[in-house]
Amino acid sequence: MTAISLKSLTISYGGIPAVHDVSLEIGDGESFALVGESGSGKSTVLRAIAGLAPEWSGEISVLGAPRGHGPDRAFARTCQMVFQDPYGSLHPRKTVDSVLSEPLVVHGISERSGRVSEALEMVGLGQEFRFRFPHQLSGGQRQRVAIARALMLKPRIMLLDEPTSALDVSVQAEILNLLKRLRRDQGLTYLMVTHNLPVVAFMCDRMAVMNAGRVVETAPSSALRTGDFSDPYARHLYAASGGDEIAPKDGQ
Amino acid sequence: MTPLLEIDNLRVSFPTTQGRIEVVKGVSFTLGRERLGIVGESGSGKSMTGRAILRLIRSPGEVTAERMMFDGTDLLSRSERAMRPLRGARMSMIMQDPKFSLNPVMTVGAQIAEAVRAHETVPRRALANRVREMLEAVRINDPDRVARMYPHEVSGGMGQRVMIAMMLIPRPDLLIADEPTSALDVSVQAQVLDLIDELIVNNGMGLLLISHDLNLVARYCDRILVMNSGEVVESCAAADLHAATHPYTRGLLAAIPKINETRDVLPVLDRSAWSGT
Amino acid sequence: MSARDWLLDESPNSRMQANAGRFYRMGLALLRNPLAVLGALIILLLIATAVFAPWIAPESPVGQMLDRRLLPPSSANWMGTDELGRDIFSRVVYGARITLMIVALVAIIAAPLGLIIGAVAGYFGGWVDKLLMGFTDIFLSMPKLILALAFVAALGPGIENAIIAIAITAWPAYARIARAETITFRSSEFISAVKLVGASDARIIGLHVVPLCMSSMIVRVTLDMAGIILTAAGLGFLGLGAQPPLPEWGAMISRGRVFILDQWWVATMPGFAIILVSLGFCFLGDGLRDVLDPKQAGKS
Repeated sequence: MTAISLKSLTISYGGIPAVHDVSLEIGDGESFALVGESGSGKSTVLRAIAGLAPEWSGEISVLGAPRGHGPDRAFARTCQMVFQDPYGSLHPRKTVDSVLSEPLVVHGISERSGRVSEALEMVGLGQEFRFRFPHQLSGGQRQRVAIARALMLKPRIMLLDEPTSALDVSVQAEILNLLKRLRRDQGLTYLMVTHNLPVVAFMCDRMAVMNAGRVVETAPSSALRTGDFSDPYARHLYAASGGDEIAPKDGQ
Repeated sequence: MTPLLEIDNLRVSFPTTQGRIEVVKGVSFTLGRERLGIVGESGSGKSMTGRAILRLIRSPGEVTAERMMFDGTDLLSRSERAMRPLRGARMSMIMQDPKFSLNPVMTVGAQIAEAVRAHETVPRRALANRVREMLEAVRINDPDRVARMYPHEVSGGMGQRVMIAMMLIPRPDLLIADEPTSALDVSVQAQVLDLIDELIVNNGMGLLLISHDLNLVARYCDRILVMNSGEVVESCAAADLHAATHPYTRGLLAAIPKINETRDVLPVLDRSAWSGT
Repeated sequence: MSARDWLLDESPNSRMQANAGRFYRMGLALLRNPLAVLGALIILLLIATAVFAPWIAPESPVGQMLDRRLLPPSSANWMGTDELGRDIFSRVVYGARITLMIVALVAIIAAPLGLIIGAVAGYFGGWVDKLLMGFTDIFLSMPKLILALAFVAALGPGIENAIIAIAITAWPAYARIARAETITFRSSEFISAVKLVGASDARIIGLHVVPLCMSSMIVRVTLDMAGIILTAAGLGFLGLGAQPPLPEWGAMISRGRVFILDQWWVATMPGFAIILVSLGFCFLGDGLRDVLDPKQAGKS
């Protein structure tokens, strides 16, 4: 079964197309990466799936159900998103507790208190963090809260938009480990956007390389170990990300 | 030969509601005409060290040091007025994001020319030639056209090259580069760093490269200082980084995912493994 | 554990404690600013005077004693007497009630109105924004006092109509501020995150956007209070606000104008009151800006 299926997806911002004719199939339980540099349109694809970039044509279906153009409540329970900037993704005037309760209130779910403390535990935050404000948390702790918020509705698919690019390497390692563990424990499907190929090597099964709004190559992440890319841009990106130091250049 | 820069027991502190907090706690190093890297995570004090050398820490921040010498002159005793001819002309700094460092209402060429005019008087014709040469040196293909562009018309990579041109055109002796490529894409990063590297080596300048990226610093520097919460915890030759001894450095190195990653779990820094923090 | 420790606890145990702690920290920050403390004291004095007016004022504010008209300040009448022999001090004290009522009612009417219109315009953008802001600009383009005059002239003179007129002229500035604030974070990730959860637009505006506009709104309203008092006084001075014998400060000055050269105290005393209260609001507003400024909120 496919978790996310995109068929000839074209996305525009204010009438200007940013992504052209993208088709992808992401399997249930898979961890898939969209890789590219700034302006490649990788985040735009994620935002279109989430319902935050409504100007698209083509077809998006999630777990077999076609997706509408805006955010909707039923979709919210199957698919959630973690954002890039841990400093911008939490409301500055709300405590961790109210950030985590909000999805439950919106969906009329009871036993909020129990589920909030359960979620905190799941992302490795102690109960002492429950009533803190974002400014009392470090970047890594904020990102843990953001992950917990995305998990509150027990979704099956998580959209991850550069979840660790704003964090220090030592904190990045903690968050990557956490994301990996959560996927294993809860059988989640990940669609992750990143520019960092080593993170893909650690986290993902397959990847699509995007450049100038198009998918130029789809490859298993094992290709990162061998440098087995056919598209020139993908090879260039691979080499610039440190691939030139480890792979023998016999593939040319 | 006296070293270009001599720093002994540099301390930077800021007042908070809980009293003064030191963000740099006694950093000492010397720098010749070589490339020195300072690595650390956010809050390690690496950027504050760079700013303190240029005396860019504003009140209520406070800088003290036993010695802070640049090419035989004392930086600490200089007045703000006496610092000005040094800054830019003999010591330059490249900041993280060109978007915030370039004046949006001045053309690129005018800004680069301004960097020269602030320190010396050059005839107009010679100045224009020097700007063109500099833009060529930072590998901008069409220097005359780019010189007439405004900062918002150039890409991030080109913007950073313009910044480098602006900082190097007064021919300084020391360049401080604070995360010069963090705002750039990976494929552009290498170009920009190669360029800085080439200009430094050819002109026999000193470079202080401040970054959070261990691998990047190891690649472009001769020596490395690793900073953690305001202190230098490790000082080694770049080639020996992978034989680092301090648990913090080792932990950092291990926590970085590799492009040929096979580990299932990344080792996490155990912050209790060393004292001091 | 003392109350102070409970309030400053870095890991609170309840939402209530967390919020109480936040307000306590703001209070502490405000106390470090001497001018803000002075402003707050003046406002407290105004409120206390309004509440306890009957006990503070030695005489009735409307009781006429024609045999002691226009007496200079003395130990019996601290601020002298006016042309009808009324004790000016007593009138100024009772005037605090009217001033406070004007200020409070204008804030209650104008601030929420502007806040909601601005937040809705900023959040939706597009034609909603154009329509609401066009409407706002029409009001903004007219001089405040003239607009208020026109409304009072249409509604008829009187203190209630003066309040309504001032509120009508005051809200557009708040709508502009709320819109500008909203636009800065309308596409931020925390708003996107609530949208993705499936929250309705009304919920997002009411519970996520409006609270963030609150602080700049409070600052602005506080700073505007001085202007509101002056406008009310201006209307009173022109005879379109509070009607005699109500002891409204502006109206008192207006009456005292006739004798300003010979009996200076009649116009000056209520004038001092206006200046003092206006200054108080300005100082407090400045202090609040330092404490509540959203740009300061990220720092702990």
